[in-house]
Amino acid sequence: MEKKLPKIEINEKYCKGCHICVEFCPTRVLEMRGFTAAVKNLEACIACMQCELRCPDFAVTVTG
Amino acid sequence: MGFDYDKYIRPGKLPHIWCPGCGHGIVMKGLIRAIDALELDKNKTAIVSGIGCASRLPGYMDFCTLHTTHGRAVAFATGIKMARPEMNVICVGGDGDGVAIGGNHFIHACRRNIDMTYLIMNNNIYGMTGGQFSPTTPYGAKASTTPYGNPDPPFDIAKLAIGAGATFVARGTAFHAAQIDKLLAEAMRHKGFSVVEILDSCPTTYGRRNRFKSVVEMMNQLKDMAVPVTAADKMPAEQLRGKVLTGILYKESKPEYVEEYRKLVERVRAEG
Repeated sequence: MEKKLPKIEINEKYCKGCHICVEFCPTRVLEMRGFTAAVKNLEACIACMQCELRCPDFAVTVTG
Repeated sequence: MGFDYDKYIRPGKLPHIWCPGCGHGIVMKGLIRAIDALELDKNKTAIVSGIGCASRLPGYMDFCTLHTTHGRAVAFATGIKMARPEMNVICVGGDGDGVAIGGNHFIHACRRNIDMTYLIMNNNIYGMTGGQFSPTTPYGAKASTTPYGNPDPPFDIAKLAIGAGATFVARGTAFHAAQIDKLLAEAMRHKGFSVVEILDSCPTTYGRRNRFKSVVEMMNQLKDMAVPVTAADKMPAEQLRGKVLTGILYKESKPEYVEEYRKLVERVRAEG
């Protein structure tokens, strides 16, 4: 059975590139792409919501 | 799955002005989740602040808000609560606003035990005005006005609040983001003056001067220095050196100021 993946949205207008979501993701799903965070490896996401919880800029939303 | 913060934020106000990696945004999210958990009415909730980085918070929140003069947030909030006791009053501010310039208002609000919640975001510095040292800047730390290290010992805000008579005192950190809303919700449920101190990080004016390499290093320092109050009892004194206790530090029940004042007015009126 195929694993249902969550959807991580990063609002590039809000993201200030502080690295918090990238560093605190336990499965290294996110990376910095230029000045903002971006999804690198969604398959590894365990939907722990750490990125959404810790983002100080309201830029990360995890749904699904 | 995710939390919808947008319904509590004024449309068009984001992105906020706080610097990259500033913990104030994390605390604001905690406050929103706490308000959501208690299902507070937007029209019956007042958020009051003074001046400073942390005091920008009410501008983003879609509630009754008041942005007042430096250090005077508690004084204005006291006025709101006295005039409209049905309002839920939440005061927010930073360490400079709360315990330096507003220190006098703060201790007297604690003493009176007026029913409101005071959220203090303690980032150890005056961030907005250029990194001057505040009463919570640690001993030896560098600020723009203490380039050779701070010679003053810092205030312990939680102990100050307990000493001044606050009936609910809690402490959290911006690292322990999931705990912030629980502490704040508990504080708002409490009848009386509740103080929640959240240890925060200021990468721009504090971190850079004090050799923190990154935002993440500052966050990890908050993680390392925090000890839950429930675990501290079992730890030897030497392990607790340099640590700060987090969680609900103090709670008691005392007569609330507005109610007492109303009783006084009724008594005097009855006596004619």
